[in-house]
Amino acid sequence: MALKSLDRKPRSLSALDIFSFLLVSAATYLALVYAPTESVMGPVQRIFYFHASAGWVGMVAFIAAAVASLIYLIRPNKKWDVFAVAAVEVGLVYSFINIATGSIWARPIWNTWWTWDPRLVTATVMELVYFAYLLLRQGIEDPERRARFGAIYALLGSASVPLTYMSIRIWRTIHPVVIGSGSPSAQGDFDMTSTMVFTLLFSFVAFTVLGTTVLWHRIRLGWLGERVEELRYKAIGF
Amino acid sequence: MVNYFSALFSILRKDLAVEWRSRQLLTAMLVFSVLIILIFNFALELDARLRAEVSAGVLWATFAFAGTLGLNRSMAIEKEHSSLDGLLLAPVDRSAIYFGKTTANTVFILVVELFTLPIYAVLYNVNLFTPGFLIVIILGSWAYSAIGTLLAAMAAQARNRELLLPVLLFPVLIPVLVAAVRASTGILDGLEMVYIWPSLNIIIAYGLIMPVLGYMFFDLIVKD
Repeated sequence: MALKSLDRKPRSLSALDIFSFLLVSAATYLALVYAPTESVMGPVQRIFYFHASAGWVGMVAFIAAAVASLIYLIRPNKKWDVFAVAAVEVGLVYSFINIATGSIWARPIWNTWWTWDPRLVTATVMELVYFAYLLLRQGIEDPERRARFGAIYALLGSASVPLTYMSIRIWRTIHPVVIGSGSPSAQGDFDMTSTMVFTLLFSFVAFTVLGTTVLWHRIRLGWLGERVEELRYKAIGF
Repeated sequence: MVNYFSALFSILRKDLAVEWRSRQLLTAMLVFSVLIILIFNFALELDARLRAEVSAGVLWATFAFAGTLGLNRSMAIEKEHSSLDGLLLAPVDRSAIYFGKTTANTVFILVVELFTLPIYAVLYNVNLFTPGFLIVIILGSWAYSAIGTLLAAMAAQARNRELLLPVLLFPVLIPVLVAAVRASTGILDGLEMVYIWPSLNIIIAYGLIMPVLGYMFFDLIVKD
């Protein structure tokens, strides 16, 4: 069975562990030392590199989870379910990093830890939707039904996230849009120098690699969990 | 098609008849609504100045909380005597069951609103009975029931169903709640329609998307 090959940690995964460690260390160096200090905001702006990267990975993870859920509903195969749960958990952690770092940045720049801005609310709602997803899964014992309900809820949730954004955006946003065109009412906007752009892109790559590594670990854990359940079922019969 | 609608109306009639005989649920929802308004009164110190701004918010929060009672009940009642199995054996498209239940839940919440709104209007001396406000109430209630019924069907099959429904429902409900509060506040403040349409559009979009998802997924939720 496919599960057998997962008993030992794959070589490439170990290699990826080391690779992501090196990349994130380098990104930390770039963000803290190499990139120039932003003239208006000062050192606190450096958190932006990890803030944006974490948000990116979190969003990609949630989208991946929704796509995997959709595939599961069309073609019920356990691997998509294992993937979706792993992606949701990884997404939750990265989105939390995104929200927390954003909050730290906002304290000196917006003069508040938190404001009810569309982006902030949408990120929080997304976090809550996927927490609810995990709670739903916990409440259902039959594995097949758990996977099916989880997939449906992930899709319902991802349908409501853009609507949340739109419903709150009717009032203007103060969140800066550094990549692409900024809104005139944004506070804390800045122009990036080429070294800043490089640092940002590097952080994106580093966080993406790290996210992939963590996701792989979590998928492996998911399969091992399945294996344990299977063995227990064989041994005691329930 | 005729068969589909007659199935839908049978479900609706059954739910309304069951409720009419006992009136348990509506009484509970109604008492609960009045209690929530009472609590808001003291929690927010609803004085004349604040009242105008927060009325819509208080009302929608009240309906959202009271509505979960109805949603929980509407699916739990089918699970209790395995009557859901009976329903599923019926040779009709299962989404007819979903739409029947959604309509019944909309009716329940509208009845609660029908009693709660005059009470609120009298208690706080605000005029809530404008056509625009009532349209928002009806559209919002439909959108609420459309998603609520679907999630209740899911929660009813979980171990901790009463606990689970609000947790599942509220994050997904936020866009429609935000839009409904915005639209209602706008109407109560007498804003022009230009400012109200964007929120109204969100409610309408939500009220169309969720039933479509319900149509697609309900069968997957109730099978086996």
